[in-house]
Amino acid sequence: MKYQSQKVALAYFAVALGLFAIQVLGGLLAGWVYVQPNFLSEVLPFNIIRMLHTNSLIVWLLLGFFGAAYFLIPEETERELHSPRLAYLQLAILVIGTLGAVVTYVFNPFEGNFLLGKEGREFIEQPKWVKVGIVVAALMFLYNVTMTVLKGKKTAITNILLLGLWGLALLFLFSFYNPSNLALDKQYWWYIVHLWVEGVWELIMASILAYLMLKLTGVDREVVEKWLYVIVAAALFSGILGTGHHYYWIGTPGYWQWIGSIFSSLEVIPFFAMMAFAFVMVWKGRRDHPNKAALLWSLGCATLAFFGAGVWGFLHTLHGVNYYTHGTQITAAHGHLAFFGAYVSLNLAIITYAMPILRGRDPYNQVLNMASFWLMAGGMTFMTFVLTFAGTIQTHLQRVNGDYFMDVQDQIALFYWMRFGAGAVFVIGALLFIYAIAVPKHEVIEPGEADHVPAE
Amino acid sequence: MRAGETNNSGVLDELPGDLMMWVLIVSELLVFGAGLAAFLGVRVVDPDGFAAARNYLHPALAGLNTIVLITSGYFAARALDLSKGQRQSSVRWNLLWAGLLGAVFLAIKIYEYADVAGQGISTETHPFFTFYYLLTGFHALHVLAGMVILALVSWKRTSRNVEVGTAFWHMVDLVWVLLFPVIYLLA
Repeated sequence: MKYQSQKVALAYFAVALGLFAIQVLGGLLAGWVYVQPNFLSEVLPFNIIRMLHTNSLIVWLLLGFFGAAYFLIPEETERELHSPRLAYLQLAILVIGTLGAVVTYVFNPFEGNFLLGKEGREFIEQPKWVKVGIVVAALMFLYNVTMTVLKGKKTAITNILLLGLWGLALLFLFSFYNPSNLALDKQYWWYIVHLWVEGVWELIMASILAYLMLKLTGVDREVVEKWLYVIVAAALFSGILGTGHHYYWIGTPGYWQWIGSIFSSLEVIPFFAMMAFAFVMVWKGRRDHPNKAALLWSLGCATLAFFGAGVWGFLHTLHGVNYYTHGTQITAAHGHLAFFGAYVSLNLAIITYAMPILRGRDPYNQVLNMASFWLMAGGMTFMTFVLTFAGTIQTHLQRVNGDYFMDVQDQIALFYWMRFGAGAVFVIGALLFIYAIAVPKHEVIEPGEADHVPAE
Repeated sequence: MRAGETNNSGVLDELPGDLMMWVLIVSELLVFGAGLAAFLGVRVVDPDGFAAARNYLHPALAGLNTIVLITSGYFAARALDLSKGQRQSSVRWNLLWAGLLGAVFLAIKIYEYADVAGQGISTETHPFFTFYYLLTGFHALHVLAGMVILALVSWKRTSRNVEVGTAFWHMVDLVWVLLFPVIYLLA
């Protein structure tokens, strides 16, 4: 660790991983409700479990992004953070807000209250005071990192990262605008939900991935930056008007069907480019970095993001297809692999890379960490296939044949059992990862014999 | 740096102008290409409806606009040629003419839209018109963007900037030459 203030990232990563554990356990619980629908139905209804599952995901990913920014910005700008104290205060606000949201969701003590009650809109259910807290924390963060960057060296990686983080914070402001017209409500709601994950988050992902490639492969910065600019251009070009693929059936004019279909089809390109980028950098790179697990996560991230976000997204993005598949298990399959591949893996990659450095030691628990990768990647891939099959059958029975929703749910129960199994494997992987990160043991992988044989 | 790396970036470096402009141009061509392909695809389902809808347009006006835009492209090409030589002042004149003809194109386009809309035709009237408004409207926005770009490169006038700006302008030209026959002429 070159700069003392990078240490802030440690606290962020710790809280993020704690929430990660809660998120996947919540997911497992939700998966169990799918096969035993009355389980906890009085104490903790399914909609609340789902809220905890999705909200904790978003919050821990954000904490991971913040941590990643606090870790890499001092190194890129070659100076200490503007104010580590502000960064800790920001974390405290976010933790209090998260706890407040959880208590509000589970016990619902302030139903209907303007300031304290939960707000009901999917993914942005947080009570208003929590939303305000998030904005305050985001402002503190942006002030902190922007001041650091302004005073230090400017690189393409920090510029793109800042652009992404500023966009993230500004777009969240739409969560305060809730028109009573349902079509308008949805239209603006997607400004947050879509323009985050298929817009500004892609900038954050591309810049963190670029940083990891720079460090792990030793390829020239100039080459990395050229890729970064192309990826970011492709992401924004396709992603912004790609919002149209959410405007097919919400009451917006019909031309959105074509705008959405065409632009969102192109959203595959930046994800393909990120995958190509990661592999080309590794092939070209000469550095034999000891942190093999971080490299595995980086490559896994780029690959799974391409399949989860790119391929599985394209699968149901054309409006002619989406007319039938909308809101079926196909969506769930895409959502799971896309979030895991793109943003969960990215966070786990940067955490795997940064943790040994933050704790001042050689890469540790590499084998455990890599085993956790294969458990999580395997579990999630299996879950994706299972849900895709379930969704295909559901689409046919429900949307083509016109069977009743609940009758169809009964017929695809077998897939829900398999999904629960896949989820259990994933949770084991996630807990193993957290253990591998939290409890260091000496375990540097020695390069094999073959690596020392000079090339012909 | 390894040999392969040098070669790779070498190919990209040989592109005239700027790599990012070529990324943009390829993206634009993909979008318009997909739009035209979708237009032709939907047309297969309803050839008579598309043929009837086309009669509400004015191919002659669009033909005139084609001439306007190609002439504008000629001035842009001259500007680039001149920017590599000594006569810098005429570069600006040629860029100005290219941009002005872009404005003429837009004026004719607005007249055309007013006429079509005046007949009570909206994007929802028929799939033909959904594509008509989307594709030509999206193109018209690019003409406007192109005029801004031409103004910028004539302000910050270097041979490289002129190359980047005119590359975009020629793309706008090319897209129109593809849109014109498919939308206005295909009976």
